Amino acid sequence: MLKKEPAVFLENASVRYRSPIEPYVSFKKFIIHLAKQQVKMEDIMALNAVSLAVEYGETFGIIGRNGAGKSTLLKLVSRVLAPSNGKVITNGIVAPLLELGAGFNFELTGKENIFLYGSLLGHPHKEIKAHFSEIIDFAQINGYIDAPLRTYSNGMIARLGFAVATSWSPDILILDEILAVGDEEFREKCFSRIESFRSTGSTILLVTHDLKTILSECDRAVWLDKGAIQKIGLVQTVTDAYQESMNRMGENGVGG
Amino acid sequence: MKLFQSVQALTRYDSSQRGPLALEELKGVLKYRELIVELVRCELISRYKRSILGIAWTMLNPLGTMLILTLVFSNLFHSVEGYPVYVLSGLIAWTFFSQTTSTTLHQNVWGGALLHRIFIPRTVFTLSALLTGVVNLLLSLVPLALIMLIVKFPFHLSLFFLPIPILILAFFTLGVGLLFSTLSIYFPDIVDMFQVALTAWMYLTPIIYPLEIIPLPLRNWITTLNPMYYFIEIFRQTIFSNNLPSPRLLIVSILISAFFFVSGWLVFTWKANELTYRT
Repeated sequence: MLKKEPAVFLENASVRYRSPIEPYVSFKKFIIHLAKQQVKMEDIMALNAVSLAVEYGETFGIIGRNGAGKSTLLKLVSRVLAPSNGKVITNGIVAPLLELGAGFNFELTGKENIFLYGSLLGHPHKEIKAHFSEIIDFAQINGYIDAPLRTYSNGMIARLGFAVATSWSPDILILDEILAVGDEEFREKCFSRIESFRSTGSTILLVTHDLKTILSECDRAVWLDKGAIQKIGLVQTVTDAYQESMNRMGENGVGG
Repeated sequence: MKLFQSVQALTRYDSSQRGPLALEELKGVLKYRELIVELVRCELISRYKRSILGIAWTMLNPLGTMLILTLVFSNLFHSVEGYPVYVLSGLIAWTFFSQTTSTTLHQNVWGGALLHRIFIPRTVFTLSALLTGVVNLLLSLVPLALIMLIVKFPFHLSLFFLPIPILILAFFTLGVGLLFSTLSIYFPDIVDMFQVALTAWMYLTPIIYPLEIIPLPLRNWITTLNPMYYFIEIFRQTIFSNNLPSPRLLIVSILISAFFFVSGWLVFTWKANELTYRT
């Protein structure tokens, strides 16, 4: 029996970018500084040699302060970014959930937006057609599909986005602070759909500031700080360590 | 087992096993071609919905500009035979170029939010802007034909050659858009500077005036250094004379266009990662 590869695998993955120490917003300023040979660049490591493996069917939490590299990690997994060093391997269809309204055109009707959003996620027209009725059922926008999106309520837009994005059962689902929106009923619906993905073996990467959600949903977690792994392991151990460090920092009055 | 492996291969992504970026991008675009069509459709529909005359404006716009220019300049440039047709044909080609490149720049520099969240080949939005531009260009051939009828301008068989100049111009436009988008990643000011440069560029291109009115030393500069001169020229010649553009002119245009397209594609795909870092 072949050993099964993990669903998500990072090996010494780093993301480095060069940035001028002073921000050169204008071209003129840059040229002047360039002429004076004063352009100093620094390397910023958004992620520094991160290695981790997420197994099939796991729900994996990612925690850390703002700017710790959580989003960069998700971008690597969803192929938005390529690592500058090391490597990233994913096995299966990766589906990131977008924030409310991103990817929609508010002048167009709900129906047109389903096709637009579906194609943005890389689905062929024919397949979107096949999923169409299922999407409007889940989003509960049956009577409004021919109305322009700007007439929709926030709740309807959130439902529509979620419905399209999750209509194709993904192998790896990326949730970035996504479930903070929408009403209670819709949230429950989302969670039950995510639950059903999990039961069929989907892998889930979850980023949220809400440690309670992490604790209740995740099996394992990683705590990132300044682009490097602070702790990785069972969710309780990681959140405890993170909590403790946050408390310590609060006492010393540093950071926040 | 076989089936499992093939599905696996389709969805397995290994960042260390990617080919050259320019080639990967090309493959990605092919895979996402339906998205490009969808984006063009949405752009056209939403423009149509925003105003009463909707899509007619794409035709009325060049027509209006042509009318003004004809009223102002036809006495001055009476040496040009069929001046309205001369102006309109030049304007159509120029408008396509200037609108598509500006849209491309704005989209790539300010409108990239989606590109940061989900994986989409990075040139998809540029290509959809280009395709939208081509559709608008084709639509504005309708008023051109109308004006040709009104001023009793002869229709030549060479008109059937028109797709070739359009294609050559489209690849040049794509290349320029990608090159300046890459520059704008580093200096967002370029977006505004480009707008000013476009205005100057337009007046340095024989669009509203005949080339002959430019004094000789400057004229030679234009005909050797301004690539838009060639593209407007081959576009116009297919409308104006019953002969096809000379092979020399065509070859030069194709070479310029290919050079800008290839270098734009290479540079943009090479640096596009920076787009995600910076904004």
